[in-house]
Amino acid sequence: MFPIPLERRSPSVRAGYRVAVAATLAVWLLPLLAIALASLRSQEDLNRGNYWGWPALAQLVDNYATVLTDSRLPQFVLNSFLVTIPAVVGTVAFASMAGFALAKHEFRGSRLLLMVFIGGNLVPFQALMIPVRDLIIAIGLYDSRLALILFHMAFQTGFCTLFMRNFIRDIPDDALDAARVEGAGELTIFWRIVLPLVRPAIAGVSVLIFTFVWNDYFWSLVLVQSDAIRPLTAGLQSLRGMWQTSWPLVAAGSLLAAVPPVAVFFLLQRHLIAGLTYGARADPL
Amino acid sequence: MRTRRGLSTVVLLAPACLLFSLFVVYPLVRGIALSFYEWNGVDAKTWVGLDNYRELFADPVFATALANNFRWLCCYVAAPLLGFGLALLVNQRLPGMQLARSLFFMPFVLSQVVVGLVFSWFFHSRFGLLNEILGGLGLATVAPLDSERWSIYTMIVAGLWPQTAYCMILYLTGLATLPRELTDAARVDGARRWSLLRYVVVPQLRPVHFIVFMVCAVAALRSFDYVMIMTLGGPYDSSTVLGYYMYEQTFLSQRYGYGAAIATVLLALMSCIVFALLWHLFYRERR
Repeated sequence: MFPIPLERRSPSVRAGYRVAVAATLAVWLLPLLAIALASLRSQEDLNRGNYWGWPALAQLVDNYATVLTDSRLPQFVLNSFLVTIPAVVGTVAFASMAGFALAKHEFRGSRLLLMVFIGGNLVPFQALMIPVRDLIIAIGLYDSRLALILFHMAFQTGFCTLFMRNFIRDIPDDALDAARVEGAGELTIFWRIVLPLVRPAIAGVSVLIFTFVWNDYFWSLVLVQSDAIRPLTAGLQSLRGMWQTSWPLVAAGSLLAAVPPVAVFFLLQRHLIAGLTYGARADPL
Repeated sequence: MRTRRGLSTVVLLAPACLLFSLFVVYPLVRGIALSFYEWNGVDAKTWVGLDNYRELFADPVFATALANNFRWLCCYVAAPLLGFGLALLVNQRLPGMQLARSLFFMPFVLSQVVVGLVFSWFFHSRFGLLNEILGGLGLATVAPLDSERWSIYTMIVAGLWPQTAYCMILYLTGLATLPRELTDAARVDGARRWSLLRYVVVPQLRPVHFIVFMVCAVAALRSFDYVMIMTLGGPYDSSTVLGYYMYEQTFLSQRYGYGAAIATVLLALMSCIVFALLWHLFYRERR
């Protein structure tokens, strides 16, 4: 154990430690606090230099009410969900299948294929930008949710396949061979034996991919353009253009936009952290 | 039996390979090819050979972008250091520490758009917290976002926030896997806090250091979102990076071929990192 566990140290040492952690945390979250304070004020309040003082009471929820009712933010949130959820489901399905084949059906070139998947996942987006956009336009999907879903599925499959392959490889071959003797086909084995055994891995990788896709900004700029389709990240930036003169509204919008990923994180953090550390062990993203 | 398994292998791999080839492999090759053409995105393409690259290496904005990516890379070394420090700080099993760890980690799950907006506000010349603090201390206020010299660093600071959180988590898992006997034995042998850290803990975490540095290098080269949100490369292109300059040349100047050439340079830089990583990964796995 390092550093030395403080569990058995004197209460005063532990109290001192707690103060140190709390102080560091306060500094760490200071930028977030600043924007939270701004989100509660009116622009006039800010212009008057009232920074730390209590905002005019009537103002407290005004910015949030404006953002939720007078802007397209709710639409953008919905758009983000409609892209992210199918993308996560599709990625995990295809990557589990490919991961199983790569883990348990060794064939010539299987290692090379895996390297292509990992390498492809680290390619800078800009190197794909023009051809992917052309392709999406050519197949008539420009400015549609499906364009984003397909691209995210394809791109995230690289990382996700490696992740699933490493988990599936740890399943003992005996379990699969027993089923093969019974006459089960490979697809049955995949569905009945492999998938149930890797449920924890699926949870981890799903949360991870949810965060990646939800937070994507680049492709939301490149593949779609209308407000009806645009996900939250790109939407937020367009709202900022609309509210150029009103930082408090921008602040409230940003904080609302942060709610879904933060909520997912706090609900499923065990899986997310397991996924991140496992993923980084095999492949940094 | 063997052929049946062969067939099922194909079925299992087909969807992933198909999508990946269509949206990653094929565009990658086509993007490189495009960098040898002059193209405005609409009319016919003209073959220009290496002209785009020749122009690139004489382009002062490209030099700025490259230098800024390099600055980004250098400054990101701070993320592993700070992350390791935070990991050491919070690696205790007292009640409430789980929540503290989560709060330290939280910036990582925010989108870069939100982080960019948070720091645009933090550095805002009139209303930013930074100037509130400087003013409170009786110091002169600053406008780093409007400064040709400093605007790049405002974005690096923004990027370091989630990046440090990520490094912290990786180090925390590394610390959790340290063999207990090792630290205990070293303590029995009389190793004090600093020598234990320096001669036992840090060397034991070598695989984690490698991954953490790789992750940071990749992130530094990928920077785009912060530039788009915080400075748009300005003032006067002083804070542009390769990723953003490529986007700007392609969509704002309609120079698709030139943009593709910038992207190819970025790809080449990234490839150096990727090859080091793949080599390390598969070399270790074979051993």
